[in-house]
Amino acid sequence: MTAPGPASLRLCLRRRRVPSASGATVQVSLRVPSDVGCIEEVVDLLMRHCCSDSWLCRRSRFNLRVAVAEALANAIVAGNREDRSKWVEVQAELRGDQIRVEITDQGTGFDPNLVVEPIEPEELDRPNGRGLFLIRHLVDDVRFNPQGNSICMILLRH
Amino acid sequence: MAFTATKDATGVYLIRVEGQLIVGNRQELKTAVQEALEHAERRFVIDFSRTGYIDSSGLGALVSISKKVREQGGELRLSGLNEDLRSLFELTKLDTLFAISDTAERALGGFPA
Repeated sequence: MTAPGPASLRLCLRRRRVPSASGATVQVSLRVPSDVGCIEEVVDLLMRHCCSDSWLCRRSRFNLRVAVAEALANAIVAGNREDRSKWVEVQAELRGDQIRVEITDQGTGFDPNLVVEPIEPEELDRPNGRGLFLIRHLVDDVRFNPQGNSICMILLRH
Repeated sequence: MAFTATKDATGVYLIRVEGQLIVGNRQELKTAVQEALEHAERRFVIDFSRTGYIDSSGLGALVSISKKVREQGGELRLSGLNEDLRSLFELTKLDTLFAISDTAERALGGFPA
């Protein structure tokens, strides 16, 4: 398969307002190339389309931004290994008093239970391994699919 | 990210980071400090008063930089972290690893004469 050229760096965004009966108010889908240079733009897009300033307090917005950026970096770097022929799928949904963001890469997955806690004294000077730790502490719920290549993060509106 | 590097009157190397320190640009900062170390600089302040966000890779880069500076017998101080950024350092306990000052001026003044 030929690696995508610069044109494929364009993000694919689908946003739709869904019937209120389903409980969700906004759904956003993004197809993101495996390029860390896209992370900031993706986070900006999600924040703009999924939660207004009035919906979330400033600190929760910061926490969500951090969690999404970390999950994207994990998906692109650790999951897809920055292979430009692979994509990261992002699904975000605003439902009632919560926002749910699911990020899926095309890698083989990993076992999140095996990730070492980076705050142990002997781990503090590690140059990596803090992303998942931050995610777990900044959102209200984190789940993985059995394969370990898809993370679902839920942030409640406090 | 953009950064400016200056040397104060006492010879401390001050790097001000503007924008974000993230996975896509952390190497630039590591390279800047490495080059300064090769030019015999040993006392560093990295100031974040104009920085909006540092991701876990950026935190990791600071850990690596700190280690390299210590290995060369130098000292690194951080300054200007806003409330959000400071919370990331506290959460990851990196506030115990770094000397952190409220302002660049205080960090510069923290080095022994």
